[in-house]
Amino acid sequence: MFDSADMFRAFQPHRDKAIVLVTGTCGRDWRAISEDEKRDLSLQGAMGQTNAAALGFALAQPNEKVVLFDSEGSLQMNMGILGTIAGMKPENFVHFLMDNEVYATTGGQPTPNAGNINFAGMAREAGYASTFSFDNLEEFADSIEKVMQAEGPVFVAMKMTPKVENEPIGRRVRSPQRGRAETIKVMQEELRISIA
Amino acid sequence: MVQQQAALLKPESLVAEFKKNNVTHIVTIPDSETNYLYELMKEQDWLEVVPTSREGETFAIALGLIVGGKVPVCVIQNTGMMESGDSIRGMSLDANFPLVMLIGYRGWTRHGVITDSAAKYTETFLHAMGINYYLLEGDDDASRISVAFEEARKNSCPVAVLVGDEYHGFNRM
Repeated sequence: MFDSADMFRAFQPHRDKAIVLVTGTCGRDWRAISEDEKRDLSLQGAMGQTNAAALGFALAQPNEKVVLFDSEGSLQMNMGILGTIAGMKPENFVHFLMDNEVYATTGGQPTPNAGNINFAGMAREAGYASTFSFDNLEEFADSIEKVMQAEGPVFVAMKMTPKVENEPIGRRVRSPQRGRAETIKVMQEELRISIA
Repeated sequence: MVQQQAALLKPESLVAEFKKNNVTHIVTIPDSETNYLYELMKEQDWLEVVPTSREGETFAIALGLIVGGKVPVCVIQNTGMMESGDSIRGMSLDANFPLVMLIGYRGWTRHGVITDSAAKYTETFLHAMGINYYLLEGDDDASRISVAFEEARKNSCPVAVLVGDEYHGFNRM
């Protein structure tokens, strides 16, 4: 397992102009590391559906690389999305999975069959064009350039160190995150998109 | 002898309404009753069909498409709409973007008693979510799709169109 903040630091230099979406507790590390906030997009809002929303955006903007950092808890709520994504074949879509094997935000309870699911294998058999798996930072950092140049849709399973939250919700220290509506507005201005 | 119903709802009328309203994507789970509609949509070079694995995905995919500047319509059955409750809440109602959803009204009948719980709870569900809706019973009602689009765009919200008649023509060759 490796730390999500370290993973994002290794990813950032290879981001180029990609639109980046994150979800899950590990995803909260991204904001402090991102160097292009105008291309950070939040489409969270329903359990297990950020991956589907990211697919929709990738289909709408085929000339933009769309990078999603998903979580295994979220993906397991909506596993059928692997087939949906593979079926649409978005070449511009890179689907990272941050697998910390727990529901970190609710106290660290294990996700179903935690540690025993080969997510990259599932994505490969569903029909993703390229799949990768990493369980240490060194290998990830050495391979990220290749990952970002691979034929899409790309799936990247990563074992992440859990950042379990046990404090009652009212006492948790929250890192500041931008709201969904704000990220949409800024990103649409950046890409000159108007609502049809 | 059973009399043929007049002015059956034609799949071509639905596709014409989609074109009139600049629809770019249909996000859907096909069912046996809408098979011909599905095939007809696939034939249109101006329209992309996005098949999904479960109905909850359709509203999230639609949100991504809308944010990316496209005009999707979600085409699902009433059973799937109820499965999609959290997705409708978080990905459509809370997002405040215009969206038309075409809902197959399984079990609906104008005459007699509705016995299918899928139909029994359809309008109750929409009322609970605060989503306005229009009913299509025959071809003369197809223009209500444009009415739904106008309302969705004016109020930046989802609007449902319930299809209370099967798409006649599904058994064409």
